[in-house]
Amino acid sequence: MTTVELGMPDAPTPIDAAIARSLEQHGPKVTELKGKDFKTDQEVRWCPGCGDYVILNAVQSFLPSLGIAREDMVIVSGIGCSSRFPYYMNTFGMHSIHGRAPAIATGLAAARPDLSVWVVTGDGDALSIGGNHLIHALRRNVNMTILLFNNRIYGLTKGQYSPTSEVGKVTKSTPMGSLDHPFNPVSLAIGADATFVGRAMDSDRKGLTEVLRQAAEHQGTSLVEIYQNCNIFNDGAFELLKDPATGPMWTIPLEDGKPLVFGPDGASCVVRDDFGGLRIAETNQVDASQIVVHDASREDPSYAFALSRLSSQDLRYTPMGVFRKVQKPSYEAMMSEQLDEARLQGPGDLDALLAGGDTWEVTA
Amino acid sequence: MTGTNPTVAPSDSNGALATPVPSSAPGGLVKSVVELDRVVIRLAGDSGDGMQLTGNRFTSETASFGNDLKTLPNFPAEIRAPTGTLPGVSSFQLQFADHDVMTPGDAPDVLVAMNPAALKANLSELPGGGLLIVDSDEFTPRNLAKVGYATNPLEDGSLEGWQTVSVPLTSMTLEALADSGLGKKEAERSKNMFTLGLLSWMYHRPTEGTIRFLERQFRRKPEIAAANIAAFRAGYNYGDTTEAFAVSYEIKPAPMKPGRYRNISGNQALALGLVAAGQRSGLPVFLGAYPITPASDILHELSRHKAFGVRTFQAEDEIAGIGAALGASFGGALGITTTSGPGVSLKSEALGLAVMTELPLVVVDVQRGGPSTGLPTKTEQSDLLQAMFGRNGEAPVPVIAPRSPGDCFDAAVEAARIALTYRTPVMLLSDGYLANGAEPWAIPDADSLPDLTSAVAFATEPNGSAPDGTPEFLPYLRDPETLARAWAIPGTAGMQHRIGGLEKADKTGNISYDPANHDFMTRTRQAKIDGIAASIPPTDVDDPDGDARVAVIGWGSTYGPIGAAARRIRSSGRKVAQIHLRHINPFPADLGEVLARYDRVICPEMNLGQLSLLLRAKYLVDVQSHTQVRGLPFRAAELAAVIQDAIDTVQPAAVDHAVANGAQQ
Ligand SMILES: Cc1ncc(C[n+]2csc(CCOP(=O)(O)OP(=O)(O)O)c2C)c(N)n1
Ligand code: SF4
Ligand SMILES: [Mg+2]
Repeated sequence: MTTVELGMPDAPTPIDAAIARSLEQHGPKVTELKGKDFKTDQEVRWCPGCGDYVILNAVQSFLPSLGIAREDMVIVSGIGCSSRFPYYMNTFGMHSIHGRAPAIATGLAAARPDLSVWVVTGDGDALSIGGNHLIHALRRNVNMTILLFNNRIYGLTKGQYSPTSEVGKVTKSTPMGSLDHPFNPVSLAIGADATFVGRAMDSDRKGLTEVLRQAAEHQGTSLVEIYQNCNIFNDGAFELLKDPATGPMWTIPLEDGKPLVFGPDGASCVVRDDFGGLRIAETNQVDASQIVVHDASREDPSYAFALSRLSSQDLRYTPMGVFRKVQKPSYEAMMSEQLDEARLQGPGDLDALLAGGDTWEVTA
Repeated sequence: MTGTNPTVAPSDSNGALATPVPSSAPGGLVKSVVELDRVVIRLAGDSGDGMQLTGNRFTSETASFGNDLKTLPNFPAEIRAPTGTLPGVSSFQLQFADHDVMTPGDAPDVLVAMNPAALKANLSELPGGGLLIVDSDEFTPRNLAKVGYATNPLEDGSLEGWQTVSVPLTSMTLEALADSGLGKKEAERSKNMFTLGLLSWMYHRPTEGTIRFLERQFRRKPEIAAANIAAFRAGYNYGDTTEAFAVSYEIKPAPMKPGRYRNISGNQALALGLVAAGQRSGLPVFLGAYPITPASDILHELSRHKAFGVRTFQAEDEIAGIGAALGASFGGALGITTTSGPGVSLKSEALGLAVMTELPLVVVDVQRGGPSTGLPTKTEQSDLLQAMFGRNGEAPVPVIAPRSPGDCFDAAVEAARIALTYRTPVMLLSDGYLANGAEPWAIPDADSLPDLTSAVAFATEPNGSAPDGTPEFLPYLRDPETLARAWAIPGTAGMQHRIGGLEKADKTGNISYDPANHDFMTRTRQAKIDGIAASIPPTDVDDPDGDARVAVIGWGSTYGPIGAAARRIRSSGRKVAQIHLRHINPFPADLGEVLARYDRVICPEMNLGQLSLLLRAKYLVDVQSHTQVRGLPFRAAELAAVIQDAIDTVQPAAVDHAVANGAQQ
């Protein structure tokens, strides 16, 4: 019998071998795929009109532009309507258990830094049962892209309020209105020191695609909150922002290097308040120099956090776009470095390991 | 009250060769050497006294001397319970011998008590006449009052039944370190090394290992290293010169199979087994774990072996630990998660996902006393039914258990073999006694370990075709022999597929709610696990004459005590068969037949009869369950009495002398 060495540059592991084989078969991994190449033969089973369809289409059509081979992409999801997503994507995928997708994806990304790992989750999945895994994934900065479909309701279990539902929401489980105060997922993510945090609207193909692209290219954990309409149990939840009549009034588009001016005729803007936070002002009431110029790359998270706090539960003043994008080494890259460092003196010697320090010999 | 010449050999002196050989010590003192065949020593002190370290060092010296041995560390869950109190007592027992030993011993022959609390907590277990060494400095009115001694036992005559040697260990240590420059508090902490030195003299232990250890351990604090070494030497020299100890003991090395040996604890062996499994399968090891007693040491050990490509991930909780391990398995790693009972509870749902996704995964449960937080530092075998059934739905999982600290290595390799070959999560049930206990271990040759490469055949080509004839990868197409499904890992072109917790359609793995499919898949998953029996050896029955009518069956760490009890039974002229299971799910294929041969089957367990329940349910055998949940291993004598009773009931008066107290173990 021979000893199998692995994980060493000169002795490929079965994983390395598998990757090498696939490279041989398909050449360089930058592929010229079309959106339809990411579709599967599975019948999509969301309710007609569900915002999830729009997001699926947007993702499928923008993915080819990333140049990632399908076999190198893995989508891990939890449980919920949104978490059915992987079945419809011609990539590797795991539809796992409620709330745990970030943990599963962490192990996968740490074990396989060569892959492009994505998580699809819902507001209940990510913020209720999976809240713990979400914040820890964010603080560790594992290289993965988390798409949080926020419909402000539990869709799959037929309409209970969720951790992002507004106070007083009347649902099947809260006939007299819900009592708990909602999370703002963007604030939560920034509070957990996430290195990339963005927000987009399901129906805004262009804005969504732009945020997704930046998220996918980011090294480390990216969290994208996607407002998603559940037309069955929480229809119109984002109507205030979608309606052309009211949307511009309450939406703050975030563009790097641009002053935060918004609303019809740029009537509103964002300025610093007296306590180091941000507030909304009327553009014609302030000096132009007072208007905040957006900079997602600020190291200090307090700016991005202050931006996220401009919103109230009823979505009045909702910044959309990339809140924060900073560089920090990713978890699996540092882990790989430690492994490399440990192997500087050569790969582990199993016989030496088994013998340990103090041994003695018994002779016949 | 204070004995000065403890020449009495260990209490249970069967076979002890008490032949004093006078020898001359420096100063003209005539000392004698008594040869013994075995000794059980218990070191007891305050949690802050370093008894575990002392015990481990004595163990290492003893192992390298060539005695066979077994150890039993026993410590409180609190890191530092209030000093000098009963709850703060920590102890370490070991048995070593010139022959193979199976247990750390039922009761000590020698008790070292570092303070009144340690004396009070342990004295009742020291048989009359046993040797008792106490640190007299600690028997102050204040310390005595703390544990409710109205008078000083060293002075009130209450220790007359034992060979008591009262030694001012603390003040002698301080004296020895007078020139060390250390403060009193700091110098005092070396009294455990003084004690170790004394014991090393008493039992003729080699000392170089301990000196090297201390130099290594305190590399960065040379003055502390020097103080500890000085105290150690002072203790040794004290033994050599004092009149208080006129006798020292010699225990010859035990005959062992030729080879190279080391001393190893269960957790260490388990961790090394996992590294070896990675190396022998060619897969990188990925451990996802959350710290928990008594499993944390496996995480600690594995985190040191990055040179072997081992990745360790300290997760935010047990669910994330198993989740990450399963994610890594999906990516083609050998996914492992290690925990103890409460952690297994948290992992149940993810374990079900592993059953459904049919990915390899090793789940290590180092069992401790339960339920709930239970007895974190004590041993128990009460997670067996949880391992078997603790999941929603029909979710069969193979269950295996090691029988001794060294055997944890082989069990780990076997767990990986099953997980990889059958693409299934495997439960490996160790326990606190195995985890912290130690024994000499014959170091295996890496090349002689099972070759697991054939268990890892990643699918790289389509293995079926779609209805329209195009080649297609079917993730749930099975190997006809093992029923293992095809395993294709991300990064393999053309093999994209989705798996998950929803019921799978046969072959394609697509979501299926079809009633017939669910029935088929449920039975298939069960059949796959049942089929593992084809790959395991038949039941190993230890019955020297082959005509015993009573069998004792056990699993896990009860192997030692049951084996020791069986020896006692046999040396009394009675017959008993010992069966010890490595595989509990599935059982060896012939187990039912084997059990049916006996008039009586006894099953001792450190739970309330969990294996018995399984055996009765599966084989309709009327198993006699004998149970105990004291947080400690069984005593061999107690088991021998139970077995003897059974034998004498089945075959009245075949042999009629008592065995419970005799015979070596
Ligand atoms: C352990 C567990 N608890 C509860 C459920 C039931 N459950 C399924 S999805 C869900 C909520 C999903 O809400 P969300 O994450 O917002 O997803 P959506 O359906 O809205 O997309 C719940 C409670 C479950 N599947 N597993
Ligand atoms: S219940 Fe709501 S979220 Fe779920 S599929 Fe239907 S519309 Fe979409
Ligand atoms: Mg939702």
